[in-house]
Amino acid sequence: MAGKRSVIPFGPQHPVLPEPIHIDLVVEDEKVIEAVPSIGFVHRGLESLVTKKDFNDMVYVAERICGICSYGHGYGYVDAIEHIMNIQLPDRCDHIRTILFELSRMHSHILWMGLMADAFGFESLFMETWKIREKVLDMLEAATGGRVIFSILKIGGLRHDVSDEMLKGFLPVLESIEESIRNCENTFLNDTAVMSRLKGIGYLSAEEAARLGCTGPFLRASGVAFDNRLRGYAAYGKIDFDVITSGEGDSYGRCKVRIGEIYQSVSIIRQCIETMPEGEVSVPVKGFPNGEYMTVIEQPRGEACYYVHASGKKFIERMRVRTPTFANVPGLVKTLAGCDLADVPILVVAVDPCISCTER
Amino acid sequence: MLQNLEEIEHIELLNKMKEISVAGYHIMQICATKIGEDYEVLYTFGKADDMRNVKITISPGVHIPSVTDIFEAAYLYENEIHDLFGIEIDGINHDYKGGLYRTSEEKPFA
Amino acid sequence: MRVSKSPWLLHYDGSSCNGCDIEVLASTAPRFDVERFGIINTGNPKHADILLCTGGVNSQNKDVIRQIYDQMPDPKVVLACGICACDGGIFKDCYNILGGTDKVIPVDVYVPGCAVRPEALIDGVVKALEILDEKERAFKKEGKRSLTSSEYKALLEEKAGESETKEDTDASES
Repeated sequence: MAGKRSVIPFGPQHPVLPEPIHIDLVVEDEKVIEAVPSIGFVHRGLESLVTKKDFNDMVYVAERICGICSYGHGYGYVDAIEHIMNIQLPDRCDHIRTILFELSRMHSHILWMGLMADAFGFESLFMETWKIREKVLDMLEAATGGRVIFSILKIGGLRHDVSDEMLKGFLPVLESIEESIRNCENTFLNDTAVMSRLKGIGYLSAEEAARLGCTGPFLRASGVAFDNRLRGYAAYGKIDFDVITSGEGDSYGRCKVRIGEIYQSVSIIRQCIETMPEGEVSVPVKGFPNGEYMTVIEQPRGEACYYVHASGKKFIERMRVRTPTFANVPGLVKTLAGCDLADVPILVVAVDPCISCTER
Repeated sequence: MLQNLEEIEHIELLNKMKEISVAGYHIMQICATKIGEDYEVLYTFGKADDMRNVKITISPGVHIPSVTDIFEAAYLYENEIHDLFGIEIDGINHDYKGGLYRTSEEKPFA
Repeated sequence: MRVSKSPWLLHYDGSSCNGCDIEVLASTAPRFDVERFGIINTGNPKHADILLCTGGVNSQNKDVIRQIYDQMPDPKVVLACGICACDGGIFKDCYNILGGTDKVIPVDVYVPGCAVRPEALIDGVVKALEILDEKERAFKKEGKRSLTSSEYKALLEEKAGESETKEDTDASES
């Protein structure tokens, strides 16, 4: 006999994530029947700031869409403006931008590993992964000056160069990170207790994932080999890498893809350091942008679109950001329907939601 | 300069969407921009690394049809445009009726 | 035994960009380790002594912050963490942001930074512990309680009224 339906509000203040995600869960006994998302606890309306900050200063606002994917947001906005203004960047700038992008991907994925460990109740693993993450943050801090928000991007290049000696110094650190991740990987992917929490939870087929417009590791875990880095922006066109997928389509698969991507990032950074060209890191920029452009990049959480509409004035007309989590919400809602109430935290974290990005 | 941009009338919208869907594209985003009194609504589609953009321009008060029958995942974008710009969209499959965004100001971009 | 020997901390993310939040979490992780001060990050307001707010306040979360604050037992301190929680920061001009945490509840320690650095945060928490001690003494001796959110609201309204009348007289004088 089925129980009465009731609605459980999930969030905003709850122990799973530090972020105020809010979902109304319609439950029948312990089964979730439907999940209804709503937006507004972190909604700032920062897209409206285009009328108050000039197009150069908007870089800082774009970086603050989210503190975790900060670098990528800055990159997406800057890239759109650079395309509108037809700016050709020096090769060295592209290479350094790629290195920073991959470092921020690593920090995001390792952060996610920690949150996932916390979600399935393994606190020492959380501590371990966050210890590893500090090494990545140290590199980012050495290169840019910031731990979380870097502000090294500007329209027309980078604010300052990163020396070759410093980049060479990253190589042994990357090696040690790889080794530590290998240790953790064993627990994430081979431990029976962990596997019982992840395997078969939140299955999404390749066809469904594509139809619902899922992106990033969420899509690749369902076996769809698509990665926007293949578009070849920054230095990705000159780098050798494979798209990492997994056929599982469940939370375990999502874990596997993200861990695989950490090694992939290490390999991309190594290649960039080895082939680092000499030269300047920025070009002078004159005038105001006039036109429209849509930049699409691969953020740690998936595909992000940046639309900029400018009309030759100091202030641009519109900046629109479609963040990866926003595209993943239909997929998340789908996996939540029919799950056990106790699995909700795992499912939510498995998508790697970034609410601050989503709500802007 | 926007990649593969087509500007169409809003009454042609659904036919265009069907054509794009049959060609195997998925929806990447929908967004609106206020230009003077009018609104531009931009639909972006992707197929592998290919991208297509379709733009319609509507005057205030004009209703546009939902594309969720063709692209299921479009409902979030359409709800967003409704909540932030106040553009009326008819026949969304998951219509939150203004409940997606909880803002202190109604239709802040309108 | 004083509460400040082992204060429990409640973290509420207002409308922050996550930058400060991950730094708050990083402070509990091994590198910075605030747990060595006996601090535990809890999810339950009724267990908490320190409320750590990140991000600005908007019309959605102002009541949530008030409720969480009122549920916390005395003595309690509030830490505004990061420039957005201090006064709204870069998002001050956004239509959906009312301002810093002190628009809705009394704040004892302001920790600036964008994003706040763990070192600054720990320094702020240590400052908060001193205040917690003072409040505890006052609470035990005189039974002095912290302002409730509604008392604080009334206080703010009163102040706003005063400054308005002051501005009026200023204007009439000149």
